Amino acid sequence: MTETPQTDRRKLVEVRDLKMHFPILGGILRRQVGAVKAVDGISFDIFEGETLGVVGESGCGKSTAGRAVLRLYEATAGSIRIDGEDIATLPAEVLRKKRPAMQMVFQDPQASLNPRMTVAGIIGEPLDEHTNWDRKKKLARIYELMDAVGLNRDFANRYPHAFSGGQRQRIGIARALALNPRFIVCDEPIAALDVSIQAQVVNLLEELQDQFGLTYMFISHDLSMVRHIADRVAVMYLGKIVELAPVSRLYDYPLHPYTEALLSAVPEPDPSLERRKDRIVLKGDVPSPANPPKGCNFCTRCPKVMDICHQLDPETVEAVPGHFVACHLVSHPQTAGRTGGAEAEHNQMKTQQGEVA
Amino acid sequence: MFNYTLRRLLLAIPTLLFIALAIFLLLELSPGDPMADMPLTIPPEVREQMRLALGLGEAWYIRFFKWLYLFSVVEPSHVLANMTGLDWLAIEGQRIISFQTRSPVGDIIAQRLPQTLWVVGLSYIFGIMVAVPIGIYSAYRQYSWFDQAGTFISMVGFSLPTFFTGPLLMLIFSIWLGWFPIIYDTTLVVDSWYDFGLQLRQMAMPVFVLTLYNAAQITRFMRASMLDNLTQDYVRTARSKGMTEKVVVLVHVLRNSMIPVITVIALGIPTIFTGAIITEQIFRVNGLGALLITAIYASDIPMVLTLSVVFAILIVLFNLIADLLYAVFDPRIRYD
Repeated sequence: MTETPQTDRRKLVEVRDLKMHFPILGGILRRQVGAVKAVDGISFDIFEGETLGVVGESGCGKSTAGRAVLRLYEATAGSIRIDGEDIATLPAEVLRKKRPAMQMVFQDPQASLNPRMTVAGIIGEPLDEHTNWDRKKKLARIYELMDAVGLNRDFANRYPHAFSGGQRQRIGIARALALNPRFIVCDEPIAALDVSIQAQVVNLLEELQDQFGLTYMFISHDLSMVRHIADRVAVMYLGKIVELAPVSRLYDYPLHPYTEALLSAVPEPDPSLERRKDRIVLKGDVPSPANPPKGCNFCTRCPKVMDICHQLDPETVEAVPGHFVACHLVSHPQTAGRTGGAEAEHNQMKTQQGEVA
Repeated sequence: MFNYTLRRLLLAIPTLLFIALAIFLLLELSPGDPMADMPLTIPPEVREQMRLALGLGEAWYIRFFKWLYLFSVVEPSHVLANMTGLDWLAIEGQRIISFQTRSPVGDIIAQRLPQTLWVVGLSYIFGIMVAVPIGIYSAYRQYSWFDQAGTFISMVGFSLPTFFTGPLLMLIFSIWLGWFPIIYDTTLVVDSWYDFGLQLRQMAMPVFVLTLYNAAQITRFMRASMLDNLTQDYVRTARSKGMTEKVVVLVHVLRNSMIPVITVIALGIPTIFTGAIITEQIFRVNGLGALLITAIYASDIPMVLTLSVVFAILIVLFNLIADLLYAVFDPRIRYD
C-alpha cells in the first residue's frame, strides 16, 4: 500500500459536490416542509483499480452516497463522472445502456435477490438485456461466474431462499460481475454475514479485483475490514466527508477528531492492551440530518470543539498531499491557540498515549 | 404436492359433512312451514298427509341421511349423465325434490346456473381485467392524479352498495335514456345478431354494477401488493442491472405482487356461483342467488340445503386451489 498520492493513475470516478436531499412532505397539501440531507455535498475521486473505503456510523449517509453515485437515487445536485461521462445528467435510456459498467453489491443478500427467480435467472438476466448471445453462450457465462465466486454449478436452478447468507452474497456478487463491470459499489456487503463468512466474502472480493481489475467503493462500518481491503478511506459524518486519506495514513495519523474517536472504538484483540486503551467516548446522539447544526456538523459532539466550529462550516483542505480533512483544527489552528497545528497536536497525543502505555 | 392435495381433499370430507349437518340443523330449528303457502281451506288431516308426503314425518336424522345419500350419490349420477349424454349412468328413483316446484333440485340448479355464470362470471372477469392494470399503474405512480382518481373510484365502488348503484343505473340508462331494458329476460334465445344485441343490452347494467364492485376490491389489493414490492431491495437490484422499467415493473415486481392477488381472486370465484344475490334480485336475473332467496322465503328446505352445501363445497375447493396456487407462484412454499 502506497502512501504517496496516486495522481499518476487514471481517475475512474469523480464525484463533485454530490447532494442527496430527501424531501419531507407535510401538511394537508403535502408540500415540502424540509429535507433530510442524507448526503450534503461530498466530493471524492476513485482511481482505476483501487478500493475506496467509506466508513461512518449508521445513518451518516454512506449507503445513500453509494446509491447516488450509481444513480439509483436521483441526486439533488452535483456531478458524478464515471469514466469521463457525467451520469448525473444522462437521460434514462443512455444511463441504462451504461449500467453494465457500474454495478452494486447490496447489503442484504436475501432481500436484494428476486425470490421468484432461480440463480441462473438472476445472474443471467443482465445478459438477456444487454447482450444478444445465444442460450448456450449465456449458460456458459453463468457457469463461469458461478465458478468465479465459488458456487457449485448444480445450484443454478435453485431459488435464493435455498441458500445460506454467504452463498446468497456470492450470488449477488456473481450477478454484479455478469457484464464485466469496471466499477462496483459494495454497500456493506458483509454486514449481514457471519464473521467467519465475512472474511471469505472479502477475500473473494479481493481476488476478483485482482482477476478482473475492478475498482471498488467499499462502504462499511467495520473499520478493521476497511483497513484490510481499502487503499484509501473516506470518513463520513452526517452527510459529509470529514476526512479522506490513504488507509495507512488515516489509521496511523488521523487528523479529524471524529476519525480519532472512531478509531479508538475499534476493539483491540490483546486484552491487556485493550484495557489500557484511551477510548474517546462521544457524548450525545448524531443530530438529525433534517436539521443539522450550524457550523461544523460535528460541533455538537466534538471533544475539541472551538468557538469557530459553531459559526463556520470547515472547508475541506489537503493537509498533507493526498490527505484531505474538513476541520477547523487543521484549517484554522491559530484560533484554537495551538501553534503546532494538527500534526504537532497529534504527535502530542501520541506521546501521551505512549506514556500511558 | 400430489400427496398434499389428496390429504386436503380427504380432510375436506369431514369438514363438508359437518357443514351440511350444521345447515340442516339450522334449517330444522328455524321457524317457517313449507305448508304455509297452502290455502287455509285445506282440512288439517289433509294438510298432515301432505306433510307426510313431503317426507317431513320422519325423524331429523333419517331425513338427513336420506338427503345425504341423494346428494352424494343420486344427484351426481344425474349430473354425470347429463354431461356425458349417457342416460344409463343416472340412478333411477327418488331425487331431491324442491318443495315449491316438486321438480328435482338438481335440474332447477342446472337451469339457473348459466344466467349466473354469464352475468356474474363475466363481471368477475371484467373486474380483474380492469383492476389489475389500474392497480399496477396506481402503485407505480403513487399519489399521481391517476392514482388519486383510481383510489377515489375504487373507494366509491367499494362503499356504494349494489342496491344503490343498481337502481341508479336503471334510473339513468333505462328510464331517462331508455338504452337498456330494466328487466333481464331469461327466456331470450340468442340465435341471431339482433338477439345477441338484446342479450348484450340486458346484460350491460348488471355486469357493470358487479364489475365496479369486484374491480374496486381487486384494485385495492393489487395496488397494495405492488406498493409492498416496489420498495423491495430486489427491485433496486433489477434497476441496477440496467433492466428497462417495463421489465422491472412487469416481470420483477408484478410476478411477486401477483401472489396475494391471485389468492384473493381464487377465493372470490365461489362468489360467482353463489351469485350476487342482491344484484340478481334488482335486475331480475334468474340466477342462483335469486333461486336461493325465493327458496328461503318459501321454506323450501331441500333447495336451501342443497344450494348451501354446493356453495360450501365450492368454497372449500377454491380454498384448496388458492393454497396450491401459492405453491405454484411462490418457490419458497412447498407442500410435502
